[in-house]
Amino acid sequence: MAGAAVSGRLGGAPRQGAACPLVWQLATVTAIRPETPTVKTFTLTLPDWMPHRAGQHYDVRLTAPDGYQAQRSYSVASEPERTGEIDLTVERLEDGEVSTYLHDVLVPGDLVELRGPVGGYFVWEPGMGGPLLLVAGGSGVVPLMAMLRHRAARGARVPVRLLYSVRSPEQTIYAEELGHLDKTDPLLDVVYTYTRSQPKGWGGYARRIDRRMLDEVLATLDQMPLAYVCGPTLMVERTAEELVATGIPADRIRTERFGPTG
Amino acid sequence: MEGRVPPGQYVTLGFPVLSAGPTPHTPLDEWSFSIDPQEGESTQWSWPSFQELPTQEFVVDIHCVTKWSKLDTRWEGVMIDTLLERAGLDPSDPSVQGQFGVAYCDGGYTTNIPVNDLVGGKAFVAYRFDGAPLAPEHGGPARLVVPHLYFWKSAKWIRGLRLTPVDMPGFWESLGYHNYGDPWREQRYQGD
Repeated sequence: MAGAAVSGRLGGAPRQGAACPLVWQLATVTAIRPETPTVKTFTLTLPDWMPHRAGQHYDVRLTAPDGYQAQRSYSVASEPERTGEIDLTVERLEDGEVSTYLHDVLVPGDLVELRGPVGGYFVWEPGMGGPLLLVAGGSGVVPLMAMLRHRAARGARVPVRLLYSVRSPEQTIYAEELGHLDKTDPLLDVVYTYTRSQPKGWGGYARRIDRRMLDEVLATLDQMPLAYVCGPTLMVERTAEELVATGIPADRIRTERFGPTG
Repeated sequence: MEGRVPPGQYVTLGFPVLSAGPTPHTPLDEWSFSIDPQEGESTQWSWPSFQELPTQEFVVDIHCVTKWSKLDTRWEGVMIDTLLERAGLDPSDPSVQGQFGVAYCDGGYTTNIPVNDLVGGKAFVAYRFDGAPLAPEHGGPARLVVPHLYFWKSAKWIRGLRLTPVDMPGFWESLGYHNYGDPWREQRYQGD
């Protein structure tokens, strides 16, 4: 949280009814879809839904019988045009006290306590323009997917590049949908780098994100992009520094980092 | 550990990094720290002169609004009381305590804190963590540490503290987060 690059034009209302408390509500799980062996998407119907901004998150709260509570934040994966419900895509972390419950215990029809949407900086709306450079590491793709879905739902003609670093094709979240977007939207390109194992005959990137890779992706955009970087701390830290080194002003680079939280 | 972890928090042994943009890297010979009073001139320290100020070691628990808490973190830095005194302000004066502080930073980040929450040994500008210089991703060369409030108030890459008569929301405080941020009352977001 602490520390940020700020530009003057980035203020503005964070969300509707900002002065009202964000109340906890009981959402109903209506669908659970596996994305990868360790990632699932939970569709939740909210009694008091309000439109989020693409990139925002919700807080999920679990309460044990003895009253002990655990909370975690999860990015919304769905677009705000889908009213009444949200998708949360959650990676199962072996020692995570919330993600293991969501993955191992929750079934459709269950109730989950949550509140949101939260977060007003790592967000994108068509009015903010582009072109967009989205850089994802692992499950860091989730808030970026909300931006891509929002962009598609609004029919925004903003060029976008998604550079997605993931260990292997099997670990790729939203692979099918991203493949479809890549094929059907001439303004959108998805570039993968598979850091551990690659498909047979793979001619693309097979290493961690580095300066040369970023230069090559940036070379396909003819204007200074707005960059959003989300993933593990080290990946985000390195990528943001490399992007600054390419000449992108710090106030056009927004980051969201996650450490080993679960 | 009982009684040391605020509601909704969990203890981490790591030290997660969270910030909204790239990490700034200000060379130490370009670094300065200022106390800007409402009236009169600012008092400014260069990096070498800041190092000459009396420091203290602080062992405190810190609580991030993203739910992690870290216990017994060890810092070295200069108490805000010391900085105010050197700037000619009396930290025990109620008219000083009634003001508001705006911490401003490299990268443009700001956060607002009542002066009353910065004095009396409650806050300091730290430049060493765990016996070593504070790493840039954790806010180095120097950051504010206000352990009794959520950690976004502990502004990374701090360059000065401006005193104002009225409370003006900072960066996250303008983006839906709570204006005061007391972890024990779980003041995470506006309206909490």
